[in-house]
Amino acid sequence: MRIELKVNGETHALDVEERTTLLDCLRDKLALKGAHAGCEHGVCGACTVLVDGVAVRSCLMFAPQAEGSVVTTIEGVTPGPGELSPIQDAFCETHGMQCGYCTPAMVLTAHALLAGNPSPTREEIVEAISGNICRCTGYAQIIEAIALAAERMRGANAPVEPRS
Amino acid sequence: MKAAPFAYSRPTAVDEACALLAADDGARVIAGGQTLVPMMAMRLARPTRLIDIARITELSYVREEKDAVAIGACTRQCLVERDALTAKRVPMLAAAIPFIGHAATRARGTIGGSMAHADPAAELPLIAVTLDATLSYRAGGKSSDIAARDFFTGLMITALPQGACLTGVRFPIWHGERVGVGFHEVNARRSDFAFVAAAAQVELDAGGKCKRIAIGVGAATDVPIRLESAEKQLTGGALDEKTVADAVRAALADIEPLDDLHASAEYRRRAAASLAVRAVADAKITATANALESKARAH
Repeated sequence: MRIELKVNGETHALDVEERTTLLDCLRDKLALKGAHAGCEHGVCGACTVLVDGVAVRSCLMFAPQAEGSVVTTIEGVTPGPGELSPIQDAFCETHGMQCGYCTPAMVLTAHALLAGNPSPTREEIVEAISGNICRCTGYAQIIEAIALAAERMRGANAPVEPRS
Repeated sequence: MKAAPFAYSRPTAVDEACALLAADDGARVIAGGQTLVPMMAMRLARPTRLIDIARITELSYVREEKDAVAIGACTRQCLVERDALTAKRVPMLAAAIPFIGHAATRARGTIGGSMAHADPAAELPLIAVTLDATLSYRAGGKSSDIAARDFFTGLMITALPQGACLTGVRFPIWHGERVGVGFHEVNARRSDFAFVAAAAQVELDAGGKCKRIAIGVGAATDVPIRLESAEKQLTGGALDEKTVADAVRAALADIEPLDDLHASAEYRRRAAASLAVRAVADAKITATANALESKARAH
């Protein structure tokens, strides 16, 4: 069937089989390989993308269900070509990754969390990423990364203290 | 992990969805898809047609009626989780919803979808049975109601007639000022399927005695159950731990618990009793706290 998908600010008209998951559609039709295929039945969280700003599992949605929604993948969170979002920056700085397989989903989950809660507690960060599995056991630095990003994003619009 | 082929329809009205359902025995309704899609990925379900009701706006609402909070079948779990009206009027939902899957699955999963799938480990059917909720559905142009206790008939089996589409659930409000809830479950990992879950709601009278109580146990048996004999025995009493434990154990003596790799029948029976005792204790504590709070407000 023919569907129209809004992904990372662009609208695409696509021919897909009804059973194509949003994940497969993003990867195979739009070459957005940052959405990772892990378990493909909603357990690992590697395929997380934002649908209307909310983190969801793209393997648990068929592409036709996403018609009319705004989809954001890891490729769509950077402010410009060659740049990183503050959250991506924080992941680099704290080394919040090892093999990188879970990373795009972790970053997007962090985006969704911080959009609704600019100053999450450690427990809230842990709860938010509890649906994303990291098998390199790098959770400590991932939590650190999200806390650092939150701190920076909170400070981004704060007035600068005048120098004495 | 790819679903078998199917046809896809996105009706804009409930009756249109019902007509599509009636026309095809193999058709299934999809709303959030957080249970159905994994089943399709594993080919445990092979619907011939998916009828996507997620965009039918008349099925997505939370509103207060006289004695109930009515929630549309397609209302997403995350919306109910954050809804202030629900938290105040049906606090058991607010207590239980964080246990459903993860934030990312609650973002898509719906209230009606969880009911219609009737997984024995699911939290929402347990709440519906514990609070005596009423489910509404539409079939052949007619709307009907069914009590939650009659709706869940077996492991992933409901009394929903062929060709019917679930439209909403009404959760009764307990109006008293001394009402409290408790909810507990055991699972292998946070947000995994429950091995056992227990829910309790208590209303205390001015003297701190139990005026009204509802205790439900889920995931232990094919369908969620109410511990009615315990409720009867505890009404009017002080809800001390020993009396509650004896009443709950007696009520659970005759059930036939599920028995599988994750938890044996005897474990489920024991755990159900412990969790029910804790749920009642929490309900009593929160009821007392709520009473104090409303008294403080009055002054």
